[in-house]
Amino acid sequence: MSEVRIRDFGWRHAGRRAWAVRGLDLHIRHGERVLLLGPSGAGKSTLLAALAGLLPEDSGEAEGTIEIDGLEPRKARDRTGIVFQDPQTQLVMARSGDDVAFGLENRGVPAAEIWPRVSDALDRVGFPYPINRPTAALSGGEAQRLALAGVLALRPGLLLLDEPTANLDPPGATLIRDAVARATGADTTLIVVEHRVAEALELVDRVVVLEPGGGVRADGSPDVVFTAYGDRLAAEGVWVPGFSIPPVKATSTPTTDVVRVTSAAVTGRLDPVSLTVRDGEVLAVTGPNGVGKSTLALVLGGLTAPDTGQVRVTGDHRPPHRWRAATLAGRIGSVFQNPEHQFVTGRVADELALGPRRLGRSPAEIRRIVDDLLDRLRLTRLADANPFTLSGGEARRLSVATALATAPRLLVLDEPTFGQDRRTWRELIGLFAGLRDEGHAIVAVTHDEDFVRTLADRTFPLGAPDPQPLPRRSRP
Amino acid sequence: MILAPAPVADPAAPLARRNPVAKLGAALLFSLPLISTVDPVTPAAALLVELALLPAFGVRMRVLARRLAPLLLAAAGILVSMVLFAADRSGTLLLALGPIQITTGVLTTATALILRIFAVALPGIIVFATTDPTDLADALVQNAKAPARFAIGALAAFRLLPLLGQEWRALALARRARGVDAGRNPVARLRLFASTAFALLVGALRRGVRLSVAMDSRGFDARTPRTHARLQRFTGADTALLAGAAGLAALILTVAVLTGFFQPVIS
Amino acid sequence: MDNRHRWRTIDIVIASVIAVAFGVIFWAWNTVWGVTEAAFAFFPPAQTLLYGVWLLPAVLGGLIIRKPGASLYTEAVAAIVSALLGSAWGATVIPQGLVQGLGAELAFAVLFYRSWRLPAALLAGAMTGVTAALFDFFVWNAKYALWDYRVPYALLTVVSGALLAGLGGWVLVKALAPTGVLDRFGPGRERALI
Repeated sequence: MSEVRIRDFGWRHAGRRAWAVRGLDLHIRHGERVLLLGPSGAGKSTLLAALAGLLPEDSGEAEGTIEIDGLEPRKARDRTGIVFQDPQTQLVMARSGDDVAFGLENRGVPAAEIWPRVSDALDRVGFPYPINRPTAALSGGEAQRLALAGVLALRPGLLLLDEPTANLDPPGATLIRDAVARATGADTTLIVVEHRVAEALELVDRVVVLEPGGGVRADGSPDVVFTAYGDRLAAEGVWVPGFSIPPVKATSTPTTDVVRVTSAAVTGRLDPVSLTVRDGEVLAVTGPNGVGKSTLALVLGGLTAPDTGQVRVTGDHRPPHRWRAATLAGRIGSVFQNPEHQFVTGRVADELALGPRRLGRSPAEIRRIVDDLLDRLRLTRLADANPFTLSGGEARRLSVATALATAPRLLVLDEPTFGQDRRTWRELIGLFAGLRDEGHAIVAVTHDEDFVRTLADRTFPLGAPDPQPLPRRSRP
Repeated sequence: MILAPAPVADPAAPLARRNPVAKLGAALLFSLPLISTVDPVTPAAALLVELALLPAFGVRMRVLARRLAPLLLAAAGILVSMVLFAADRSGTLLLALGPIQITTGVLTTATALILRIFAVALPGIIVFATTDPTDLADALVQNAKAPARFAIGALAAFRLLPLLGQEWRALALARRARGVDAGRNPVARLRLFASTAFALLVGALRRGVRLSVAMDSRGFDARTPRTHARLQRFTGADTALLAGAAGLAALILTVAVLTGFFQPVIS
Repeated sequence: MDNRHRWRTIDIVIASVIAVAFGVIFWAWNTVWGVTEAAFAFFPPAQTLLYGVWLLPAVLGGLIIRKPGASLYTEAVAAIVSALLGSAWGATVIPQGLVQGLGAELAFAVLFYRSWRLPAALLAGAMTGVTAALFDFFVWNAKYALWDYRVPYALLTVVSGALLAGLGGWVLVKALAPTGVLDRFGPGRERALI
């Protein structure tokens, strides 16, 4: 159980002009459970890193003080534990039990005590596998549970959670929420950063809203804070419950088939699937992890050849996976889950110019396309920036823009709204709706129920529980 | 081909069970002395010993053959470049292609060099095929007094390997989606490869930074002495393995010297 | 002992990650370029042209981490990674990796670990090439004609080391710094305020 006192705290990362956090005063008592909110860039993650004693002196400039049980955070490290967003970069060892033991070894816990504490921590988070389960074989939600167990095994008095469910699908997020709820009792002080408020609400009894310029904007019980500030927070990008976004569905009925998939299958990754996508519609492909949604996106995008079955795009008798890359980019735009996978140049503007240039557009035309896209996706300010330095929302907008630069008729999106704040989310929805209304066909692989509800004109549930699978008919 | 760092041998085999440091040491003790000679008989004898020990390590012939396959190319390369560039062209002339004279001496040396790379490589392949990376790191720390921070740090990075292998494939597909492909143009292929490699490196380093922060958050940089959850024991049998490897290497080389086959590499 | 030579966790992990990433890159090279690989294997002298690529981790590790031992450690881990991945060369890659890493290490040591500019990178690349060439000269190439093969092979290795590993490593660091991934390292700190 720990108590936190923050007095006039500020931190500026080396190489940055702006302060990440500034002028912050906060007192968190023993056993309190706090949700820390604020728009993107308000310094929430920086504050958590500071509390965890993880801001190295050589990487920035500090102001004010933080005390955890009267100690500075670096000295209080054995009282704090932190879980980050990405499970893959928190697991250290190849076997699950070894990973939980890692922190105990570091703290010098005698070998005889380690294994009982490991199994105790795994029980507390409801880890369903034996301790020698390879960490590489875990799903995102399971891996995050393991990361939580690794932290809980150290018995922290102050538990810090930095968007622990942002990288997970809804079932994975539920796993983590339940694990936190069952594993932390009244003896743990909890601070959660989460922009999807509904995910964290049942875990907390106090909400603190940081002001982007510095200081605290609001502080109190969830009811009080959301009644007073809910609309403003929602406008700034926080997912506040009760502020739903009105649906934007297609106004006209689609007429022309753009792509037709007939019994396409990829061995071991995708069971035979048949579907048709028409122009002017948004088709949402949903379904649990592991049924091959991303593989279907690759097949539709002409990036993976189906082992059996066919993919036919109207107007070309050859399947898209046989097209030259430039032809493909001109007709089908694919947007990957991780935007950084798609960046091939060192400048935002060059990223946008690449596609049109490969299609042989004139320099004047390219300039017009680039300027237009920069403007539409609020990237003009970043035209000269390195794509790899963009924030999550910016990188996502850029990756969508690169696919639009060649004006493809079909857009294939893999989890396009994953982990985005509400503001970027609304922009993306507006953009996709506009493209659809211009006549583009859009296929989106998604776990995002809000996306389906708001935008999708049709839903294709992949791998839906089907007691009697369709008999495999004619094989070509 | 997949990136699979997992052991591919029967873990219960008597020698596969030995301490990883002992196995690695034995492989080096046995194979490195073989570099000292360039006659064909010594490596041939060593190869026989190695193949005879194979069942004791639980490595199947198929696995071994697959891992050795790239060496066949290297062997062909040695043959070609020996024919072209051999220093010693003594012996009976077998064939003359213009200025290039292929003699029995040339072929003997080529055979010796080819046998040598197989004999030198085999012990290491066997050992790494039977060794789990975690066990190796543990043993390096506990039995070879390697610094724990470095051994465990490397092990943590090693865990990213399959992830980066998948990442490579995603990057390659994403490039095609962006309209970038190289066709048959080798320069374009090289540029595409470089751009993919660069993106991989950026992603890998970013993951590395996050991983190191997560490790520190669990006390990896605490100055308290680390304890060991998993015990690696270095027993008499491990010492015997080391001694046996050194002894066998010495025996083979001594016999080679005494029988006059030994040809020092630096003469 | 907190001084500028003590390795932080991030130094250890990043040096290891460089080695692992190059393990993947070499693996991809072999799958993508299998044909050239065969051609090179068939005519080993041609391989020396690309020798520097294998030496890149040593120079890159040194230039990014900027601490004594960084080149040696990175190249050694790279060697162990390739052995664990099932390198056909078995355990011999480990002494070979140590020898190669030593070359770049010596170059940075001669400069007292104070210079990380292009000349230092070129020197480190060339020195890595020298140690690699010496290893091959005595261990693998002893039975070849001295002037027609061993000497040209060694010289090409050094040139390739200087250009591909030295210049290449320097260019790579310059390209990595703007992406922000090196912000907690020397080369990233030299970036302009943003």
